[in-house]
Amino acid sequence: MNARGSTTKVNRKALAVVWMIAAGVLLAACAPNATQSALEPAGENAEKANSLFLPVFWVAVAIFVIVEGALLFFAIRYRHRKGRDTIPPQVHGNTRLEIAWTILPAVILAGVAVPTVATIFELARDPGPEALEVTVLGHQWWWEFDYPEEGVNVPNELHVPTGRPVHLTMCSVGVGYENQLAPSECQGDEPVPITLGNSVIHSFWAPELFGTQDVFPTYARTLTFAADEPGVYEGQCKEFCGLSHAYMRFVVVAHSPAEFDQWVADQQRPAGSIEGAAAEGLRVFVEAGPAGCTQCHSVNGLEHANGEEIPGSLDAPNLSHFASRDCFAGCIFENTDENLRRWLDDPPAMKPGSWMPDYNLTSEEIDRLIAFLNTLE
Amino acid sequence: MAQLGRSMDVHVVESEHERTSTGLPHLKLAMWLFLASDCLLFGALISTYVLYRGASRVGPYPAEVFDIPYTSVSSFVLLASSLTMVLALAAIQRGDQGQLRVWLLATAMLGTTFVGGQVFEFTTFADEGLTLTTNLFSTTFYVLTGFHGTHVVVGILMLLTVLALSFAGRLPPERAMTVELVGLYWHFVDIVWIVIFTVVYLIPTGTPGGAQ
Amino acid sequence: MATVSVPGERRSWLVRRPRSTTGFWSWVTTVDHKRIGILYGITAFAFFVVGGSEALLLRLQLAQPEQEVVSAAVYNELFTMHGVTMVFLVVMPLSAAFFNYLIPLMIGARDVAFPRLNAYSYWAFLFGGVFIYSSFFLGGAPNGGWFGYAPNSVLDPTRGMTFYSLGLIITGIASTVSAINLAVTVINMRAPGMTLFRMPVFVWMGLVVQLLLAFSLPIITVGLTELFFDRRFHTHFFDPAAGGDPLLWQHLFWLFGHPEVYILILPAMGIVSEVLPVFARKPLFGYQFVVFSGIAIGFIGFGVWAHHMFATGLGPVANTAFGISTMIIAVPTGVKIFNWLGTLWRGDIRFATPMLFALGFIAMFVIGGLSGVTHAVVPHDYQQTDTYYIVAHFHYVLFGGAIFGLFAGIYYWWPKVFGRFLNERIGRINFWIMLIGFNLTFGPMHILGLQGMPRRIHSYPASLGLGFWNLVATAGAFLIALSVLVFLVNAVASFRRPAEMAADPWDARTLEWLTTSPPPEHNFDEIPVVHSLDELWHRKYAETRGGRVVPVPAGGAGDEHEAVADDSAGHGAGHAIHMPSPSYWPVVAALGLPIIAYGLIFNMWLVGLGVVVVLVGFYGWILEPSAE
Repeated sequence: MNARGSTTKVNRKALAVVWMIAAGVLLAACAPNATQSALEPAGENAEKANSLFLPVFWVAVAIFVIVEGALLFFAIRYRHRKGRDTIPPQVHGNTRLEIAWTILPAVILAGVAVPTVATIFELARDPGPEALEVTVLGHQWWWEFDYPEEGVNVPNELHVPTGRPVHLTMCSVGVGYENQLAPSECQGDEPVPITLGNSVIHSFWAPELFGTQDVFPTYARTLTFAADEPGVYEGQCKEFCGLSHAYMRFVVVAHSPAEFDQWVADQQRPAGSIEGAAAEGLRVFVEAGPAGCTQCHSVNGLEHANGEEIPGSLDAPNLSHFASRDCFAGCIFENTDENLRRWLDDPPAMKPGSWMPDYNLTSEEIDRLIAFLNTLE
Repeated sequence: MAQLGRSMDVHVVESEHERTSTGLPHLKLAMWLFLASDCLLFGALISTYVLYRGASRVGPYPAEVFDIPYTSVSSFVLLASSLTMVLALAAIQRGDQGQLRVWLLATAMLGTTFVGGQVFEFTTFADEGLTLTTNLFSTTFYVLTGFHGTHVVVGILMLLTVLALSFAGRLPPERAMTVELVGLYWHFVDIVWIVIFTVVYLIPTGTPGGAQ
Repeated sequence: MATVSVPGERRSWLVRRPRSTTGFWSWVTTVDHKRIGILYGITAFAFFVVGGSEALLLRLQLAQPEQEVVSAAVYNELFTMHGVTMVFLVVMPLSAAFFNYLIPLMIGARDVAFPRLNAYSYWAFLFGGVFIYSSFFLGGAPNGGWFGYAPNSVLDPTRGMTFYSLGLIITGIASTVSAINLAVTVINMRAPGMTLFRMPVFVWMGLVVQLLLAFSLPIITVGLTELFFDRRFHTHFFDPAAGGDPLLWQHLFWLFGHPEVYILILPAMGIVSEVLPVFARKPLFGYQFVVFSGIAIGFIGFGVWAHHMFATGLGPVANTAFGISTMIIAVPTGVKIFNWLGTLWRGDIRFATPMLFALGFIAMFVIGGLSGVTHAVVPHDYQQTDTYYIVAHFHYVLFGGAIFGLFAGIYYWWPKVFGRFLNERIGRINFWIMLIGFNLTFGPMHILGLQGMPRRIHSYPASLGLGFWNLVATAGAFLIALSVLVFLVNAVASFRRPAEMAADPWDARTLEWLTTSPPPEHNFDEIPVVHSLDELWHRKYAETRGGRVVPVPAGGAGDEHEAVADDSAGHGAGHAIHMPSPSYWPVVAALGLPIIAYGLIFNMWLVGLGVVVVLVGFYGWILEPSAE
């Protein structure tokens, strides 16, 4: 049996593989407009992680080149040559070499460990009183952002000022086997109510600003970050959480401090009463389905024509100022009439497992609802 | 070329006469490895219990249902069964089939008493409102003691099997290792119970209501 | 296979003891470790094809953004079953195939310590795997991920995760029992003169793996039991409303799960440690260090589990501790790699297909190992975790590592097991297509992860710019599938050739090559006496005073090697070899397990029936002598 291999083919093909890998790495550097890339940090939290990673990455590349290079070199240099059938000297080992290549990697790793440990503790540090406090609640399958000091509650979009640490306190909410309340750190002035969906583990991640933090039903977890520049930074849930795990997105919208204050003020404005054509939509909003949309949704300060306040619920996303937002339904749809129409027509068909049922609204009712929602600036 | 011959008598591949690299018979080594593995099983269950100690949100709580004197007696019963097990092994090693059967039966009966005592204990708990799904304490307690109880039942089955083998004349002194192995298992189950009894029953859980 | 039929004694009760060594039933009742190894191998490969098909569907769904090739519900089942299949039903049993076939041969024994228990392990594994897959037809397959995190795995309303918990308990029983069996075999059944440090590295890795299995499986068994109880009986182990902690599941899972990954890779490392010396014609460089590294990896492997949980908020102290322990475990891993390189250095390397796969293993495993070290940079792991960067890492070590290593073993030992070679040219095509396909599939995933693609997602938006590399990865996946097809062609074609194989076609170093290809049922006519590591090599070659390696003249020193006339029976019966007889009882006893499991899901009476079947099986077993 001929156990000989074709050595020149090995050379050429091995080189081909090496070039492919190199090309791939190069192409990686030229990433297209990735807006959720850990390689493009835009905030201190992500920057610290990245600046720790890059030197380690290059050390790893160096080790890769040396080890793979040695492998290729030995494979080529010590390949069997025809006609030379002597068995090579049976070398069993070299203790000094063993010690060396045990100690050297250990030293390199120790070098990596020191800044790693320092950064672990840095990132875990409490930001202090100047931080903006936001409570983050993970639902199936959307994110809720509650600003206790500002009295603002928004789904899908985490608005923050630049240059100021933001301190997130995070819990998962939902109904498990029985009704439950979220951990006390996530409670506001009023108890965080029973919410729709299962309370499972989620994970909050906007890679350009910060690495992920898992979110639990049993404890509150915290995360601190700051955005350097104004902009929109994308994120999504990172811990598998059921049918629509892929559809639990959000954005962090960073404003200059002045614009942030303006945003807060806008959010604090009550909706008031609704006039004109949109009033028809208000009626649908209050009456659709078994108990109206207000059974689960709410609009702050929404009033009937007679001035009576319309109560709502925070079980489902808060719809206050809906028209001012760019996305909805776990930030997977752009806020356009077309998307709204398809959503309202059959939510579970648009988002697997959606806890919002299909109320079999007529096309007319949908139009009116959309008109109403469009007035919620 | 070797022949595949007829064995002259029943040839158990794993007999103690087989040459082994350590000198230990295969079955004994296997039993020790199995018991070591089983340690981790109980370790994980006991850890679960300890993790959730004091964390139940509703009662009944341990201090309300436990009857330490009662459980002490049943623990002593199980301990005594280890003694009878040792006596059974000594009997077969000196060739005394009669005594072997007596002590095997005694061990099995003491074990059954223990299990019966647990059944009574758990039905009492259930009457007092502590069922499997009542709270964290009941969940962890019943599953932990249930696993242990199952181990005891399996042990009783093994004891009765060995007893039957003895009555069938299939347990000569050369096969004392069979009794020794059952004994190893039985002592292990006993030791695990001592740990469970100490951790679950004896170490106080703190105030009911979970504050600890 | 041998066509021996021993005229038998009838059993006077119950069922007649099976006798035949040919035909279908002879495979069902076999207790021969070699046949059981082949059964494991075939079954594992069948699951490999199934698990690979699941992967192809996943890749089709993800090839482009915002697709609906499969629904989210189906997608969740597919990625869960892909993981469960590849870990529990492919790599583990494929490793078991090699351990079962080779360990007795490599240590000069005639079988494992408990042959019927060995058969039981195989059947329990098969029934467990079939049980899990039956869920597709009985209410839905597991869909909570192979890692089954609570509370999601508890709350999921379909039956899948119940099948998951019970099915993995069954396969866990199979593996635990097999681990004890093989550990006793290695510790207790070595040929005279084979001290522990004269054992082949593959046997050493086997021993470490069995001990890892024996000590890690009980932990997940407890976790799975708790998950099952929460689902079926509404207990509160992971119920936040009652004060339960979902993190408990994660701890229990990863306390098993991390040793598990070493269980998955050490067998392949053992294979590579055997293949490299043979095809470089030099001994393994630093044998003791390779062995000690394997042992060290086994130990330290129990101390790194929470590196799968860096983002769960355990706190900076815990994250630091586990980050450091994870870095520590990279050291013995590196030592192995350097010793493999040392084996190649100044060798006389022939690129037969086993060697290609072994070299491929080293090349790919280095990449996977390096990306693993980057995970230990904890603050950046907050970015990497749960993204495709991690998917890339573990596929590099599990596919580029374990699977490539196992393929090296398949090509290397095929002539021993089946008496024919696999074709070299087709083997080379198999290797290169697999290597290229594999790198095309998983290389880009490093990039995708860092560019923001999380794991376990049904689809991703077009705006993220992830489409290109996903398409490349999908293309690569189909190349992998092609390479597996090429292998199957090679395998089937090999049986067209006559089974005329020498005992030692590769000029190898270990004892399995001392006996015929394939070996007789009793493995060795005479148990060899062992004088050194690489015993076979030293029987063939000696070193001259000038340091040259020369063949030992035939009829010379070789005949002085003693063999032990098999006296293991203690009967002094000359050369009579008593092999354990085939038996039905292991199958029966194993069959009780899925019956109990179905009963726990559907009907408690079935549980009773299952228990009866188990008891009948065990009593039949213990009352039956092992050999007749």
